[in-house]
Amino acid sequence: MTQLQYKGTGSANGGTGSRYWRSKTAYLGVLPFLILSGVFLIYPTYNVITGAFQDGKGAYDTTTFLEVYHSPIARHAFSNSLIISLQTAIFGSIIGGLFAWALVTGKPGGLFYRISVALSSVLAQFGGIMLTFAFLATFGFKGLVSTFVAHFAPHSFIAESTWLYSRTGLAVLYTFFQIPLMVLVFLPTLENLKPQWREASDALGGKAYEYWLRVGIPILTPSFAGAALLLFVNSLSAYATAATLINMRDFVTPLEIAGALNSEVGGANPAEAKSLSVFMVIVVVIAMGLYALLRRRVSKWEQRR
Amino acid sequence: MKKSIAVKIWRYAIIFVVASYLLTPLAAMLDFSTKSFSLLSPGRSLDSWRAIATQPDLTLAITRSLITAAIVMTVILFLIVPTAIWVHLKLPILRRPFELLCLLPLAIPAIVIVVGIAPLYRWISINLTESPITLAGVYSMLILPYTYRSLSAALDAVDIHTLAEAARTLGATIPRVIFGIIMPTIRTGIINGSFIAIALVLGEFTISNILNYKTFQVVISQIGLSNGSVAVAVSLASLIFVLALLLIIPNKKRQGAVLDVDIA
Repeated sequence: MTQLQYKGTGSANGGTGSRYWRSKTAYLGVLPFLILSGVFLIYPTYNVITGAFQDGKGAYDTTTFLEVYHSPIARHAFSNSLIISLQTAIFGSIIGGLFAWALVTGKPGGLFYRISVALSSVLAQFGGIMLTFAFLATFGFKGLVSTFVAHFAPHSFIAESTWLYSRTGLAVLYTFFQIPLMVLVFLPTLENLKPQWREASDALGGKAYEYWLRVGIPILTPSFAGAALLLFVNSLSAYATAATLINMRDFVTPLEIAGALNSEVGGANPAEAKSLSVFMVIVVVIAMGLYALLRRRVSKWEQRR
Repeated sequence: MKKSIAVKIWRYAIIFVVASYLLTPLAAMLDFSTKSFSLLSPGRSLDSWRAIATQPDLTLAITRSLITAAIVMTVILFLIVPTAIWVHLKLPILRRPFELLCLLPLAIPAIVIVVGIAPLYRWISINLTESPITLAGVYSMLILPYTYRSLSAALDAVDIHTLAEAARTLGATIPRVIFGIIMPTIRTGIINGSFIAIALVLGEFTISNILNYKTFQVVISQIGLSNGSVAVAVSLASLIFVLALLLIIPNKKRQGAVLDVDIA
């Protein structure tokens, strides 16, 4: 299908190009990449998924898997994970998307633009112990903001700083790296909105809101939703931040997985960890299926342009 | 392009809100690291910043992390980006599987990859070498979703088929088409992807901690156990360092954009 579209739109000089591009040896080109991903990605994944359905001796066994499925603790952790991921994906994508728009409307390639992009790439990966430090210094006991707020409203929840160790607190921390990530993934899409479309809309007498309602938003929706799904999955598998902020083994699923792996606590259970991760993988596969559908729509539309 | 007042107001409002959310914690880190905790001399002091230089292991850990980042960058530029272009150009049938493969690291939490890779890692460090290469291998998988996302956006936006055919017609070799023609065109995408990669490598904690490899983050958390103030100072310093590093990398993005408009 893609091939057909490509022949229709891309090839200006007819047959000569197409014959060249279709050689069988082309498949050799992806071999190095395939080997690398086979060793460092496929092999560990295979290891984990098969391990979820094996007992200690390697025979097929679903006991642990079903135990995890029926466990109320695992369900609670899983729902916590899902809620946090949903919240941070929604807030992160909307705020990050708006900020990306603010960047695009500014001077492209200017100093503010460059600093923002560079800062976004740093902060998108700013998780774990450093992020926890930052928020403890802000909202924790005698933190910068909590002290400030305590002056004016000593009994408000910000002055108390216990909210930080809850689900809401974790969501606020996660949003801190979700917004920059959204900026990074959404910026290329926004930059490809052609100014000609806006000019065409203006020339036909369209108002600004009409342009966004009828042209801008419909074009951006698939990419936006795709980016939001990316954020959802990103937050679902985040581990280091939760581990350094919250001292509770089963608060979110990644913590539970780590707990099940960690032999220091006693009772390390790799099969439990693998079963838990299979459930995460199921959710992510659903999200990624949606993402793939959206991408297909975007690509189709891009081809038609 | 002329801008209306409404656009300007919206723009500054959004920038203000986001900037205050993102910068306040960083300011708080600065505040915390310069606070004096001794009762004898209240007020500000730069003691914890001075202490950075005297931390053992830190220089070594930074060097290690930077070497790992360099290896990952090499893998991106000479393997991942050419493969992505190759698939787009020649093997459209593989685009979907390639995309799924690239997004797979998101589906598998880092902690799970560690469990899966642990036997292999042990084998490599016993039989081959205990170098950052294994870690770089895992990292170059972790960055795949981000690199892919910005690459595919860039590749979708430019009609690389026409570009490639034009270049071939004019006698360019295939490596020249990929490295000399297409890669400069999608430069923004590549740079965006690489930015994320550098930041990820310097910020990664889970995997290196469990594989017991003392990268930058692992050492920071060790310092944090004994001296919180110094650890915060190191964190902030590293953030500023990476930021400066990313700002030095030249970014001539306009070229690509102009080309993009011309083709369309």
